[in-house]
Amino acid sequence: MTAYDVASDRPRQRRSWVLPALPARRIRLEWLLPYAVPIVLVLVWQLFSSLGWISTRIMPAPTDVAAAFVEQLLSGALLHNVAVSGARALAGLIVGGTIGLLLGITNGVSKLSEQLTDTSLQMLRTIPHLAMIPLVILWFGIGEESKLFLTSLGVLFPVYLNTFHGVRNVDRELIEMGRIYGMSGWTLFRKVILPGALPSIFVGLRYALGIMWLTLIVSESIAASSGIGHMANQAREFMMTDVVVLSLLIYAALGKLADVIARALERNALSWNPVYQK
Amino acid sequence: MSGYVSRFERRQGTVEPLGEQGRTVSAAATEAVSIELRRVEQSFGQNRVLRGIDLDVPAGQFLAIVGKSGCGKSTLLRLLVGLDRPAAGSLRFADRSGNTVEANARIVFQEPRLLPWARVVDNVAVGLGQVIDKDTARVKALMALDDVQLTDKADQWPARLSGGQRQRVALARSLVSRPGLLVFDEPLGALDALTRITMQELVSRVWRELGFTAVLVTHDVSEAVHLADRVIVLDGGKVALDLEIPTEHPRRHGDPDLAVVERRLLDAILG
Repeated sequence: MTAYDVASDRPRQRRSWVLPALPARRIRLEWLLPYAVPIVLVLVWQLFSSLGWISTRIMPAPTDVAAAFVEQLLSGALLHNVAVSGARALAGLIVGGTIGLLLGITNGVSKLSEQLTDTSLQMLRTIPHLAMIPLVILWFGIGEESKLFLTSLGVLFPVYLNTFHGVRNVDRELIEMGRIYGMSGWTLFRKVILPGALPSIFVGLRYALGIMWLTLIVSESIAASSGIGHMANQAREFMMTDVVVLSLLIYAALGKLADVIARALERNALSWNPVYQK
Repeated sequence: MSGYVSRFERRQGTVEPLGEQGRTVSAAATEAVSIELRRVEQSFGQNRVLRGIDLDVPAGQFLAIVGKSGCGKSTLLRLLVGLDRPAAGSLRFADRSGNTVEANARIVFQEPRLLPWARVVDNVAVGLGQVIDKDTARVKALMALDDVQLTDKADQWPARLSGGQRQRVALARSLVSRPGLLVFDEPLGALDALTRITMQELVSRVWRELGFTAVLVTHDVSEAVHLADRVIVLDGGKVALDLEIPTEHPRRHGDPDLAVVERRLLDAILG
Protein backbone atom coordinates (compact mmCIF):
# COMPACT_ATOMS: atom_id res chain seq x y z
CA MET A 1 0.00 0.00 0.00
CA THR A 2 2.81 2.40 0.86
CA ALA A 3 4.36 1.79 -2.54
CA TYR A 4 1.23 3.11 -4.22
CA ASP A 5 1.13 6.12 -1.90
CA VAL A 6 4.63 7.06 -2.97
CA ALA A 7 3.63 6.71 -6.59
CA SER A 8 0.54 8.86 -6.27
CA ASP A 9 2.30 11.54 -4.22
CA ARG A 10 4.94 12.15 -6.84
CA PRO A 11 3.60 10.73 -10.06
CA ARG A 12 5.35 13.14 -12.43
CA GLN A 13 8.96 12.67 -11.42
CA ARG A 14 9.40 9.25 -12.86
CA ARG A 15 6.71 9.18 -15.48
CA SER A 16 8.03 7.96 -18.82
CA TRP A 17 6.28 7.94 -22.17
CA VAL A 18 6.25 4.19 -22.35
CA LEU A 19 5.74 3.00 -18.82
CA PRO A 20 3.43 4.34 -16.17
CA ALA A 21 5.05 5.63 -12.99
CA LEU A 22 6.55 2.83 -10.98
CA PRO A 23 7.20 2.69 -7.26
CA ALA A 24 10.85 2.90 -6.20
CA ARG A 25 11.20 -0.79 -5.34
CA ARG A 26 10.22 -1.92 -8.82
CA ILE A 27 12.51 0.54 -10.59
CA ARG A 28 15.49 -1.35 -9.14
CA LEU A 29 14.15 -4.56 -10.61
CA GLU A 30 13.82 -2.93 -14.03
CA TRP A 31 17.50 -2.05 -13.98
CA LEU A 32 18.56 -5.53 -12.93
CA LEU A 33 16.38 -7.41 -15.35
CA PRO A 34 18.63 -7.06 -18.46
CA TYR A 35 21.52 -8.61 -16.48
CA ALA A 36 19.54 -11.54 -15.10
CA VAL A 37 20.26 -13.82 -18.07
CA PRO A 38 24.06 -13.27 -18.11
CA ILE A 39 24.23 -13.70 -14.30
CA VAL A 40 22.30 -16.98 -14.41
CA LEU A 41 24.49 -18.23 -17.27
CA VAL A 42 27.68 -17.49 -15.32
CA LEU A 43 26.29 -19.27 -12.25
CA VAL A 44 25.38 -22.37 -14.29
CA TRP A 45 28.79 -22.25 -15.99
CA GLN A 46 30.51 -22.10 -12.59
CA LEU A 47 28.40 -24.97 -11.30
CA PHE A 48 29.19 -27.22 -14.26
CA SER A 49 32.91 -26.41 -14.04
CA SER A 50 33.01 -27.17 -10.30
CA LEU A 51 31.25 -30.48 -10.93
CA GLY A 52 33.93 -31.28 -13.51
CA TRP A 53 31.42 -31.53 -16.39
CA ILE A 54 33.35 -29.01 -18.50
CA SER A 55 37.05 -29.53 -19.25
CA THR A 56 39.12 -26.51 -18.19
CA ARG A 57 41.02 -26.82 -21.49
CA ILE A 58 37.79 -26.15 -23.37
CA MET A 59 36.28 -23.62 -20.99
CA PRO A 60 37.84 -22.38 -17.76
CA ALA A 61 35.60 -21.80 -14.74
CA PRO A 62 34.48 -18.22 -14.07
CA THR A 63 36.66 -18.25 -10.95
CA ASP A 64 39.71 -19.10 -13.12
CA VAL A 65 38.85 -16.22 -15.45
CA ALA A 66 38.50 -13.96 -12.43
CA ALA A 67 41.89 -15.13 -11.17
CA ALA A 68 43.40 -14.44 -14.62
CA PHE A 69 41.81 -10.99 -14.50
CA VAL A 70 43.41 -10.19 -11.14
CA GLU A 71 46.76 -11.56 -12.27
CA GLN A 72 46.76 -9.57 -15.52
CA LEU A 73 45.59 -6.49 -13.68
CA LEU A 74 48.36 -6.70 -11.08
CA SER A 75 51.07 -7.27 -13.66
CA GLY A 76 49.91 -4.12 -15.45
CA ALA A 77 49.63 -5.98 -18.76
CA LEU A 78 45.82 -5.72 -18.81
CA LEU A 79 45.62 -1.96 -18.35
CA HIS A 80 48.37 -1.45 -20.90
CA ASN A 81 46.59 -3.60 -23.49
CA VAL A 82 43.19 -2.04 -22.84
CA ALA A 83 44.71 1.43 -23.17
CA VAL A 84 46.44 0.49 -26.42
CA SER A 85 43.29 -1.07 -27.92
CA GLY A 86 41.11 1.78 -26.70
CA ALA A 87 43.41 4.39 -28.23
CA ARG A 88 43.44 2.51 -31.54
CA ALA A 89 39.67 2.23 -31.57
CA LEU A 90 39.26 5.92 -30.79
CA ALA A 91 41.79 6.99 -33.43
CA GLY A 92 40.09 4.84 -36.06
CA LEU A 93 36.69 6.18 -35.09
CA ILE A 94 37.86 9.79 -35.24
CA VAL A 95 39.66 9.47 -38.58
CA GLY A 96 37.11 7.23 -40.32
CA GLY A 97 34.13 8.92 -38.70
CA THR A 98 35.29 12.41 -39.69
CA ILE A 99 35.92 11.38 -43.29
CA GLY A 100 32.56 9.60 -43.46
CA LEU A 101 30.74 12.54 -41.89
CA LEU A 102 32.31 15.11 -44.20
CA LEU A 103 31.71 12.99 -47.31
CA GLY A 104 28.12 12.31 -46.25
CA ILE A 105 27.40 15.99 -45.66
CA THR A 106 29.11 17.12 -48.86
CA ASN A 107 27.36 14.54 -51.01
CA GLY A 108 24.07 15.16 -49.27
CA VAL A 109 24.22 18.89 -49.95
CA SER A 110 25.91 18.93 -53.36
CA LYS A 111 24.56 17.00 -56.33
CA LEU A 112 27.84 17.48 -58.20
CA SER A 113 29.90 16.01 -55.39
CA GLU A 114 27.49 13.09 -55.11
CA GLN A 115 27.76 12.31 -58.82
CA LEU A 116 31.51 12.58 -58.61
CA THR A 117 32.18 10.36 -55.60
CA ASP A 118 29.15 8.29 -54.61
CA THR A 119 29.59 5.50 -57.16
CA SER A 120 33.25 5.07 -56.23
CA LEU A 121 32.39 4.96 -52.53
CA GLN A 122 29.67 2.38 -53.12
CA MET A 123 32.15 0.23 -55.06
CA LEU A 124 34.72 0.47 -52.28
CA ARG A 125 32.05 -0.34 -49.75
CA THR A 126 31.27 -3.68 -51.35
CA ILE A 127 34.84 -4.90 -50.74
CA PRO A 128 34.93 -6.55 -47.30
CA HIS A 129 37.53 -4.36 -45.65
CA LEU A 130 39.02 -7.26 -43.70
CA ALA A 131 39.90 -8.86 -47.04
CA MET A 132 42.45 -6.08 -47.39
CA ILE A 133 44.51 -7.29 -44.42
CA PRO A 134 47.20 -9.00 -46.56
CA LEU A 135 47.59 -5.88 -48.66
CA VAL A 136 47.59 -3.63 -45.61
CA ILE A 137 50.33 -5.71 -43.99
CA LEU A 138 52.38 -5.40 -47.17
CA TRP A 139 51.86 -1.64 -47.12
CA PHE A 140 52.23 -0.80 -43.45
CA GLY A 141 53.67 -3.92 -41.78
CA ILE A 142 52.15 -4.69 -38.39
CA GLY A 143 52.59 -1.17 -37.01
CA GLU A 144 49.91 1.21 -35.83
CA GLU A 145 49.19 2.41 -39.36
CA SER A 146 47.69 -0.89 -40.45
CA LYS A 147 45.22 -0.93 -37.54
CA LEU A 148 44.33 2.73 -38.01
CA PHE A 149 43.80 2.21 -41.73
CA LEU A 150 41.55 -0.82 -41.31
CA THR A 151 39.44 0.60 -38.47
CA SER A 152 39.02 3.93 -40.26
CA LEU A 153 37.97 2.15 -43.42
CA GLY A 154 35.47 0.00 -41.53
CA VAL A 155 33.99 2.97 -39.65
CA LEU A 156 33.83 5.24 -42.69
CA PHE A 157 31.04 3.56 -44.63
CA PRO A 158 28.27 3.26 -42.03
CA VAL A 159 28.89 6.87 -40.99
CA TYR A 160 28.95 8.01 -44.62
CA LEU A 161 25.79 6.16 -45.65
CA ASN A 162 23.73 7.28 -42.69
CA THR A 163 24.92 10.89 -42.79
CA PHE A 164 24.15 11.07 -46.51
CA HIS A 165 20.75 9.52 -45.97
CA GLY A 166 20.05 11.88 -43.05
CA VAL A 167 21.02 15.04 -44.93
CA ARG A 168 19.00 13.99 -47.98
CA ASN A 169 15.92 13.28 -45.92
CA VAL A 170 15.73 16.56 -44.01
CA ASP A 171 12.18 17.86 -44.39
CA ARG A 172 12.04 19.89 -47.65
CA GLU A 173 9.36 22.11 -46.17
CA LEU A 174 11.61 23.10 -43.27
CA ILE A 175 14.39 24.00 -45.70
CA GLU A 176 11.95 26.08 -47.75
CA MET A 177 10.76 27.76 -44.56
CA GLY A 178 14.37 28.53 -43.62
CA ARG A 179 15.05 30.07 -47.02
CA ILE A 180 11.93 32.24 -46.82
CA TYR A 181 13.15 33.53 -43.47
CA GLY A 182 16.46 34.49 -45.01
CA MET A 183 18.64 31.54 -43.99
CA SER A 184 21.25 30.38 -46.42
CA GLY A 185 24.58 28.61 -46.55
CA TRP A 186 26.11 28.00 -43.16
CA THR A 187 23.14 29.26 -41.12
CA LEU A 188 20.73 27.01 -42.99
CA PHE A 189 23.08 24.09 -42.51
CA ARG A 190 23.64 24.72 -38.81
CA LYS A 191 20.03 25.45 -37.89
CA VAL A 192 18.08 23.14 -40.19
CA ILE A 193 20.08 20.56 -42.13
CA LEU A 194 22.51 19.29 -39.47
CA PRO A 195 19.96 18.95 -36.63
CA GLY A 196 17.59 17.29 -39.08
CA ALA A 197 20.23 14.75 -40.09
CA LEU A 198 21.44 14.11 -36.55
CA PRO A 199 19.16 11.16 -35.66
CA SER A 200 20.39 9.34 -38.74
CA ILE A 201 24.01 10.26 -38.02
CA PHE A 202 23.69 8.67 -34.58
CA VAL A 203 22.37 5.46 -36.12
CA GLY A 204 25.49 5.47 -38.29
CA LEU A 205 27.72 6.10 -35.28
CA ARG A 206 26.31 3.21 -33.27
CA TYR A 207 26.60 0.89 -36.23
CA ALA A 208 30.16 2.11 -36.78
CA LEU A 209 31.09 1.30 -33.17
CA GLY A 210 30.28 -2.37 -33.76
CA ILE A 211 32.40 -2.48 -36.90
CA MET A 212 35.16 -0.58 -35.11
CA TRP A 213 35.59 -3.29 -32.43
CA LEU A 214 35.24 -6.11 -34.95
CA THR A 215 37.95 -4.69 -37.19
CA LEU A 216 40.23 -4.01 -34.26
CA ILE A 217 39.88 -7.52 -32.82
CA VAL A 218 40.65 -9.15 -36.15
CA SER A 219 43.55 -6.92 -37.04
CA GLU A 220 45.05 -7.17 -33.54
CA SER A 221 44.84 -10.96 -33.63
CA ILE A 222 46.60 -11.15 -36.97
CA ALA A 223 49.05 -8.31 -36.98
CA ALA A 224 49.95 -6.70 -33.65
CA SER A 225 52.45 -6.80 -30.84
CA SER A 226 50.15 -5.30 -28.21
CA GLY A 227 46.47 -4.81 -27.48
CA ILE A 228 43.75 -7.16 -26.30
CA GLY A 229 43.64 -9.10 -29.57
CA HIS A 230 47.36 -9.72 -29.25
CA MET A 231 46.92 -10.74 -25.61
CA ALA A 232 44.30 -13.32 -26.61
CA ASN A 233 46.36 -14.61 -29.48
CA GLN A 234 49.47 -14.99 -27.34
CA ALA A 235 47.47 -16.78 -24.63
CA ARG A 236 46.25 -19.23 -27.26
CA GLU A 237 49.86 -20.20 -28.06
CA PHE A 238 50.47 -20.99 -24.39
CA MET A 239 47.10 -22.78 -24.02
CA MET A 240 45.98 -20.19 -21.43
CA THR A 241 42.23 -20.59 -22.04
CA ASP A 242 41.38 -18.36 -19.07
CA VAL A 243 43.18 -15.36 -20.59
CA VAL A 244 41.52 -16.00 -23.96
CA VAL A 245 38.10 -15.95 -22.33
CA LEU A 246 39.08 -12.91 -20.29
CA SER A 247 39.98 -11.07 -23.53
CA LEU A 248 36.58 -11.88 -24.99
CA LEU A 249 34.85 -10.57 -21.87
CA ILE A 250 36.86 -7.36 -22.02
CA TYR A 251 35.83 -6.85 -25.63
CA ALA A 252 32.22 -7.34 -24.60
CA ALA A 253 32.62 -4.81 -21.77
CA LEU A 254 34.34 -2.25 -24.02
CA GLY A 255 31.70 -2.70 -26.70
CA LYS A 256 28.94 -2.17 -24.18
CA LEU A 257 30.70 0.87 -22.75
CA ALA A 258 31.03 2.45 -26.19
CA ASP A 259 27.35 1.86 -26.86
CA VAL A 260 26.35 3.35 -23.52
CA ILE A 261 28.38 6.49 -24.27
CA ALA A 262 26.86 6.75 -27.75
CA ARG A 263 23.37 6.34 -26.34
CA ALA A 264 23.98 9.03 -23.73
CA LEU A 265 25.25 11.41 -26.42
CA GLU A 266 22.23 10.58 -28.55
CA ARG A 267 19.81 11.15 -25.70
CA ASN A 268 21.45 14.45 -24.94
CA ALA A 269 21.64 15.73 -28.51
CA LEU A 270 18.15 14.59 -29.47
CA SER A 271 16.35 15.69 -26.31
CA TRP A 272 13.87 17.58 -28.50
CA ASN A 273 12.62 14.30 -29.92
CA PRO A 274 9.60 12.88 -28.03
CA VAL A 275 11.23 9.41 -28.26
CA TYR A 276 14.02 10.59 -25.95
CA GLN A 277 11.96 12.69 -23.56
CA LYS A 278 11.44 11.42 -20.06
CA MET B 1 -5.89 35.18 -21.66
CA SER B 2 -5.28 38.90 -21.07
CA GLY B 3 -6.31 41.10 -23.94
CA TYR B 4 -8.49 38.37 -25.29
CA VAL B 5 -12.08 39.38 -25.77
CA SER B 6 -14.64 36.62 -25.80
CA ARG B 7 -17.36 36.65 -28.39
CA PHE B 8 -19.92 36.73 -25.62
CA GLU B 9 -18.52 39.96 -24.17
CA ARG B 10 -18.46 41.57 -27.60
CA ARG B 11 -22.07 40.67 -28.28
CA GLN B 12 -23.11 42.04 -24.93
CA GLY B 13 -21.32 45.26 -25.74
CA THR B 14 -19.28 45.19 -22.54
CA VAL B 15 -16.10 45.60 -24.54
CA GLU B 16 -15.77 48.10 -27.34
CA PRO B 17 -14.95 46.18 -30.51
CA LEU B 18 -11.89 47.31 -32.43
CA GLY B 19 -13.48 48.31 -35.72
CA GLU B 20 -11.74 49.33 -38.93
CA GLN B 21 -11.38 52.85 -37.53
CA GLY B 22 -10.41 51.89 -34.01
CA ARG B 23 -7.40 49.86 -35.03
CA THR B 24 -4.40 50.32 -32.80
CA VAL B 25 -1.06 50.14 -34.53
CA SER B 26 1.77 49.18 -32.21
CA ALA B 27 4.76 51.50 -32.28
CA ALA B 28 7.05 48.69 -33.41
CA ALA B 29 4.87 47.79 -36.38
CA THR B 30 6.22 48.11 -39.88
CA GLU B 31 3.88 50.19 -41.97
CA ALA B 32 1.38 48.17 -43.95
CA VAL B 33 2.02 48.07 -47.69
CA SER B 34 -0.35 48.36 -50.58
CA ILE B 35 -0.06 45.91 -53.48
CA GLU B 36 -0.40 46.76 -57.14
CA LEU B 37 -0.49 44.02 -59.77
CA ARG B 38 -0.61 44.95 -63.44
CA ARG B 39 -1.29 42.33 -66.15
CA VAL B 40 0.61 39.74 -64.16
CA GLU B 41 1.11 36.47 -66.04
CA GLN B 42 2.76 33.26 -65.01
CA SER B 43 3.13 30.03 -66.91
CA PHE B 44 4.79 26.71 -66.33
CA GLY B 45 5.76 25.28 -69.72
CA GLN B 46 2.65 25.33 -71.91
CA ASN B 47 0.38 25.80 -68.93
CA ARG B 48 -0.64 29.45 -68.48
CA VAL B 49 -1.53 29.57 -64.82
CA LEU B 50 -2.12 33.32 -64.44
CA ARG B 51 -3.56 35.15 -67.45
CA GLY B 52 -3.28 38.83 -66.78
CA ILE B 53 -4.17 39.70 -63.20
CA ASP B 54 -4.91 43.35 -62.38
CA LEU B 55 -5.31 43.92 -58.69
CA ASP B 56 -4.98 46.78 -56.23
CA VAL B 57 -4.89 45.97 -52.54
CA PRO B 58 -4.93 49.04 -50.27
CA ALA B 59 -2.60 49.06 -47.28
CA GLY B 60 -4.10 47.33 -44.28
CA GLN B 61 -6.78 45.48 -46.20
CA PHE B 62 -7.61 41.87 -45.46
CA LEU B 63 -7.95 40.22 -48.87
CA ALA B 64 -9.01 36.62 -49.39
CA ILE B 65 -8.32 34.74 -52.58
CA VAL B 66 -10.56 31.76 -53.17
CA GLY B 67 -11.02 29.35 -56.03
CA LYS B 68 -10.92 25.73 -57.04
CA SER B 69 -7.74 23.68 -56.98
CA GLY B 70 -5.50 24.68 -59.87
CA CYS B 71 -7.07 28.13 -60.29
CA GLY B 72 -3.68 29.76 -59.76
CA LYS B 73 -4.07 30.98 -56.19
CA SER B 74 -0.92 29.29 -54.89
CA THR B 75 1.02 30.65 -57.86
CA LEU B 76 -0.20 34.14 -57.08
CA LEU B 77 0.80 33.66 -53.45
CA ARG B 78 4.33 32.64 -54.40
CA LEU B 79 4.62 35.86 -56.45
CA LEU B 80 3.43 37.98 -53.54
CA VAL B 81 6.01 36.65 -51.10
CA GLY B 82 8.78 36.79 -53.68
CA LEU B 83 9.34 33.04 -54.01
CA ASP B 84 8.87 33.38 -57.79
CA ARG B 85 9.00 36.22 -60.29
CA PRO B 86 6.14 36.85 -62.74
CA ALA B 87 6.70 35.83 -66.37
CA ALA B 88 5.07 39.10 -67.49
CA GLY B 89 3.48 42.15 -65.93
CA SER B 90 4.48 44.10 -62.86
CA LEU B 91 4.18 43.75 -59.12
CA ARG B 92 4.69 46.73 -56.84
CA PHE B 93 4.45 47.37 -53.11
CA ALA B 94 3.97 50.88 -51.77
CA ASP B 95 3.68 52.54 -48.36
CA ARG B 96 0.75 54.76 -47.40
CA SER B 97 2.30 57.81 -49.08
CA GLY B 98 2.72 55.91 -52.34
CA ASN B 99 6.47 55.32 -52.31
CA THR B 100 7.60 51.96 -53.66
CA VAL B 101 8.96 49.83 -50.82
CA GLU B 102 10.17 46.34 -50.02
CA ALA B 103 7.18 44.34 -48.84
CA ASN B 104 8.84 42.61 -45.86
CA ALA B 105 6.32 39.87 -46.60
CA ARG B 106 5.88 36.88 -44.32
CA ILE B 107 4.01 33.67 -44.91
CA VAL B 108 2.04 31.30 -42.70
CA PHE B 109 1.88 27.84 -44.25
CA GLN B 110 -0.77 25.18 -43.91
CA GLU B 111 1.65 23.19 -41.77
CA PRO B 112 3.39 25.04 -38.92
CA ARG B 113 6.86 24.03 -40.22
CA LEU B 114 8.50 24.51 -36.82
CA LEU B 115 12.03 23.30 -36.21
CA PRO B 116 11.48 20.32 -33.88
CA TRP B 117 14.95 20.76 -32.36
CA ALA B 118 14.44 24.40 -31.37
CA ARG B 119 12.39 25.53 -28.39
CA VAL B 120 9.23 27.51 -29.07
CA VAL B 121 10.86 30.89 -28.36
CA ASP B 122 13.80 30.06 -30.67
CA ASN B 123 11.40 28.99 -33.39
CA VAL B 124 9.72 32.36 -33.14
CA ALA B 125 13.11 34.11 -33.25
CA VAL B 126 13.74 32.42 -36.64
CA GLY B 127 11.24 34.96 -37.96
CA LEU B 128 13.59 37.81 -37.12
CA GLY B 129 15.80 36.71 -40.00
CA GLN B 130 18.86 38.86 -39.59
CA VAL B 131 21.38 38.17 -36.87
CA ILE B 132 20.74 40.22 -33.76
CA ASP B 133 21.94 39.61 -30.23
CA LYS B 134 20.32 36.78 -28.33
CA ASP B 135 18.69 38.81 -25.57
CA THR B 136 16.97 41.21 -27.95
CA ALA B 137 15.85 38.27 -30.08
CA ARG B 138 14.35 36.58 -27.03
CA VAL B 139 12.54 39.70 -25.89
CA LYS B 140 11.06 40.24 -29.35
CA ALA B 141 10.12 36.57 -29.65
CA LEU B 142 8.40 36.67 -26.26
CA MET B 143 6.46 39.75 -27.34
CA ALA B 144 5.28 37.93 -30.45
CA LEU B 145 4.35 34.91 -28.34
CA ASP B 146 2.32 37.26 -26.18
CA ASP B 147 0.40 38.30 -29.32
CA VAL B 148 -0.74 34.69 -29.70
CA GLN B 149 -1.07 34.04 -25.93
CA LEU B 150 1.61 31.39 -25.74
CA THR B 151 4.26 32.97 -23.52
CA ASP B 152 3.84 30.12 -21.02
CA LYS B 153 5.04 27.63 -23.66
CA ALA B 154 8.14 29.64 -24.61
CA ASP B 155 10.64 27.03 -23.43
CA GLN B 156 8.77 23.94 -24.56
CA TRP B 157 9.72 21.69 -27.46
CA PRO B 158 7.27 21.96 -30.39
CA ALA B 159 6.56 18.21 -30.10
CA ARG B 160 4.82 18.91 -26.79
CA LEU B 161 2.29 21.33 -28.30
CA SER B 162 -1.12 20.64 -29.81
CA GLY B 163 -1.79 21.28 -33.50
CA GLY B 164 -3.48 24.60 -32.80
CA GLN B 165 -0.68 25.75 -30.49
CA ARG B 166 1.93 24.89 -33.12
CA GLN B 167 0.08 26.96 -35.68
CA ARG B 168 -0.03 29.83 -33.17
CA VAL B 169 3.75 29.57 -32.80
CA ALA B 170 4.03 29.70 -36.59
CA LEU B 171 1.85 32.82 -36.55
CA ALA B 172 4.07 34.39 -33.88
CA ARG B 173 7.13 33.58 -36.00
CA SER B 174 5.63 35.46 -38.93
CA LEU B 175 4.57 38.38 -36.70
CA VAL B 176 7.85 38.82 -34.84
CA SER B 177 9.43 40.95 -37.57
CA ARG B 178 6.27 43.10 -37.69
CA PRO B 179 5.66 42.50 -41.42
CA GLY B 180 3.96 44.99 -43.73
CA LEU B 181 2.33 42.10 -45.58
CA LEU B 182 1.32 38.74 -44.16
CA VAL B 183 0.24 35.97 -46.50
CA PHE B 184 -1.71 32.98 -45.21
CA ASP B 185 -1.60 29.81 -47.29
CA GLU B 186 -4.53 27.66 -46.13
CA PRO B 187 -3.29 28.32 -42.59
CA LEU B 188 -6.05 26.49 -40.76
CA GLY B 189 -6.68 23.67 -43.20
CA ALA B 190 -5.08 21.03 -40.99
CA LEU B 191 -6.89 21.95 -37.78
CA ASP B 192 -10.07 20.56 -36.28
CA ALA B 193 -13.29 22.57 -36.55
CA LEU B 194 -13.28 24.11 -33.05
CA THR B 195 -9.59 25.00 -33.12
CA ARG B 196 -10.17 26.61 -36.50
CA ILE B 197 -12.75 28.94 -35.02
CA THR B 198 -10.43 29.97 -32.18
CA MET B 199 -7.61 30.48 -34.67
CA GLN B 200 -9.79 32.58 -36.96
CA GLU B 201 -10.61 34.87 -34.07
CA LEU B 202 -6.94 35.09 -33.22
CA VAL B 203 -5.89 35.90 -36.79
CA SER B 204 -8.63 38.52 -37.00
CA ARG B 205 -7.64 40.10 -33.68
CA VAL B 206 -3.93 40.17 -34.47
CA TRP B 207 -4.64 41.75 -37.84
CA ARG B 208 -6.83 44.44 -36.26
CA GLU B 209 -4.20 45.19 -33.62
CA LEU B 210 -1.09 45.22 -35.79
CA GLY B 211 -2.59 46.65 -38.96
CA PHE B 212 -0.59 44.76 -41.59
CA THR B 213 -1.95 44.02 -45.05
CA ALA B 214 -3.23 40.44 -45.07
CA VAL B 215 -3.74 38.07 -47.98
CA LEU B 216 -5.47 34.80 -47.23
CA VAL B 217 -5.39 32.02 -49.79
CA THR B 218 -8.00 29.39 -49.06
CA HIS B 219 -10.62 27.14 -50.57
CA ASP B 220 -12.78 27.52 -47.48
CA VAL B 221 -15.27 30.20 -48.55
CA SER B 222 -16.81 30.53 -45.10
CA GLU B 223 -13.38 31.23 -43.60
CA ALA B 224 -12.69 33.85 -46.29
CA VAL B 225 -16.01 35.55 -45.63
CA HIS B 226 -15.47 35.50 -41.89
CA LEU B 227 -12.03 37.11 -42.00
CA ALA B 228 -11.70 39.28 -45.09
CA ASP B 229 -12.71 42.82 -46.08
CA ARG B 230 -12.73 41.72 -49.66
CA VAL B 231 -12.81 38.37 -51.45
CA ILE B 232 -11.68 37.69 -55.00
CA VAL B 233 -12.50 34.51 -56.87
CA LEU B 234 -9.83 33.22 -59.23
CA ASP B 235 -10.91 31.08 -62.14
CA GLY B 236 -8.76 29.97 -65.04
CA GLY B 237 -5.98 32.34 -64.04
CA LYS B 238 -8.22 35.43 -64.02
CA VAL B 239 -10.17 37.37 -61.42
CA ALA B 240 -13.73 36.09 -61.90
CA LEU B 241 -15.35 38.00 -59.05
CA ASP B 242 -14.24 40.82 -56.76
CA LEU B 243 -16.44 41.36 -53.75
CA GLU B 244 -16.19 43.83 -50.85
CA ILE B 245 -17.56 42.64 -47.52
CA PRO B 246 -18.47 45.75 -45.51
CA THR B 247 -19.56 43.92 -42.33
CA GLU B 248 -17.72 45.22 -39.27
CA HIS B 249 -14.99 43.22 -37.53
CA PRO B 250 -15.04 41.21 -35.36
CA ARG B 251 -17.64 39.06 -37.03
CA ARG B 252 -19.86 36.40 -35.59
CA HIS B 253 -20.06 32.91 -36.98
CA GLY B 254 -23.51 32.30 -38.38
CA ASP B 255 -24.22 35.95 -39.27
CA PRO B 256 -27.07 35.85 -41.88
CA ASP B 257 -25.55 38.72 -43.94
CA LEU B 258 -22.32 36.80 -44.26
CA ALA B 259 -24.24 33.66 -45.21
CA VAL B 260 -25.71 35.54 -48.20
CA VAL B 261 -22.22 36.62 -49.32
CA GLU B 262 -20.96 33.10 -48.85
CA ARG B 263 -23.77 31.71 -51.05
CA ARG B 264 -22.93 34.21 -53.78
CA LEU B 265 -19.26 33.31 -53.73
CA LEU B 266 -19.96 29.58 -53.81
CA ASP B 267 -22.24 30.08 -56.81
CA ALA B 268 -19.48 32.00 -58.58
CA ILE B 269 -16.89 29.32 -57.84
CA LEU B 270 -18.97 26.26 -58.58
CA GLY B 271 -20.59 27.94 -61.60
